[in-house]
Amino acid sequence: MDPSNNNHEPVIVFEDVCIAFDEKTVLSNLTFTLLHGQTKVLFGVAGAGKTLVLKLALGLLKPDSGRIIVLGQEVSAMKEHDLFALRQRIGMVFQESALFDSLNVEDNVSFRLREEHVGADEITLRVTEALRFVELEHTLKLFPSELSGGMRRRVAIARAIISNPELLLYDSPTAGLDPVTSTTIVELLVKQRDVNLTSALLVTHRLQDAFTMATHVFDPKLNRMKLVPAETEWDSNTSFLVLKDGVKIFEGNAREIANSDSTYIREYLRQ
Amino acid sequence: MQFSLTDIAKRNVLAVQEYSLLAWASIANIFSSPRYVGDTIQQADVIGVGSLPIVILTGFFLGAVLALQSANSLARFGGLSFTGQLVSLSMVREIGPVLTGLMVAGRSATGMASELGSMQVTEQIDAMRALGTDPSKKLVTPRVISTVIMLVMLTVISDLVSMAGGATVAVFMLRLDGNQYWSTAWQSLGVGDITMGLIKPFVFGFIISTIGCYYGLSARGGTQGVGRATTQAMVAASVIMVISDLFITQLLLNFFPFK
Repeated sequence: MDPSNNNHEPVIVFEDVCIAFDEKTVLSNLTFTLLHGQTKVLFGVAGAGKTLVLKLALGLLKPDSGRIIVLGQEVSAMKEHDLFALRQRIGMVFQESALFDSLNVEDNVSFRLREEHVGADEITLRVTEALRFVELEHTLKLFPSELSGGMRRRVAIARAIISNPELLLYDSPTAGLDPVTSTTIVELLVKQRDVNLTSALLVTHRLQDAFTMATHVFDPKLNRMKLVPAETEWDSNTSFLVLKDGVKIFEGNAREIANSDSTYIREYLRQ
Repeated sequence: MQFSLTDIAKRNVLAVQEYSLLAWASIANIFSSPRYVGDTIQQADVIGVGSLPIVILTGFFLGAVLALQSANSLARFGGLSFTGQLVSLSMVREIGPVLTGLMVAGRSATGMASELGSMQVTEQIDAMRALGTDPSKKLVTPRVISTVIMLVMLTVISDLVSMAGGATVAVFMLRLDGNQYWSTAWQSLGVGDITMGLIKPFVFGFIISTIGCYYGLSARGGTQGVGRATTQAMVAASVIMVISDLFITQLLLNFFPFK
């Protein structure tokens, strides 16, 4: 699919979305749009409602009010039964990977394909391809408990991308990882963005990851990402959204957030 | 944290509603695709074959002790020869289904609650939903179908083994004639007794599996929550099973009264 043809089509639309738990408002009138081919990075401190945004987008939770439209379908008004078909077009990487601990890596990655009754030969081919993408071809028969934290995240990414989803949702994919492993994961996200051109919503509290995404492009020849030195050439398709206590306080690109006047954001950037 | 009576009432009503919806979905899923035949067979193996040793052991010794106890009372009235009849009727109509149900509840309801509970607290259930798979179809319905079918089969085995246990006591300890024991045990059983003995495990299997799955899927609060869900599943499944037994018996007695 050529994303240039669909650049103005919204992939995710949040309209005045509110949700509260036990009378505590967690998201308040959240409105944003993610266009096709774009990556939007959601920032916020712990408890700001970032993960909730992903779960709402996936229809795992329903908002108290407002509308959520994903890939042209209003998930906030859909029944659970109808959501399963839509979710097959979306890939999600959970914060703690959420790999099925009783299945080995091969079965975890191929889970969706088996559910779709894809042929055995094609499954083997696509699993190998997805694991090669995350450079873990040698882990096929290992169980999640035998993998390191970083490897588990990479397997989770392979599981999410195996069906070539139109939209990827990443929930803090680098949380709790050492800097080297974090860079490996971010490189995979950049690779997925630049090679497969998939729209993505990335939740993180690590500003450096988001800036790395905005300031780097993937070089297929070198098989690694490289820095774009000129600020004017930073990836215009990567935008930032900052949440504070469930309220959107900023939305813009890397240059705008770097030059923001907001005290909270400047404080956040300093940390 | 303090909860008012209204909060507690609301929580309980919500729990009943969620359980009812899950129980209904577990049946409704049978009539819509996808159907997980492989998972159902695997669960049948885990629940049925896995429970066989404890069902055989408890059935045999309960039948033996029942023969021993009843012989003591029957001997006072000169009715020792009715030992086989008493063992077979008690086991087939009542004790067999309840005993097997309790054994399977102890083994499988807790197993389901802990397995699904662990998946719930580690977001594996959410991951399954995110991958476009309905957990009630993939996880709940196969467990319900296999528990119902296996409990009926295990109950039949338990009934037979318990009668064999009774026969062992009758022949080797009470010095009764083995042929007489088996003929009275066999002849005393009517269609009503067998039907009652087979309907009960059908209902018990449904209760055990849906309660095990419900507590597993509603587990919250990490490993402690999983432990709590497991205990609650065992307690709730056993209590509800025994209570429902009274009502099922009362209902079935209208159709199959004692001869």
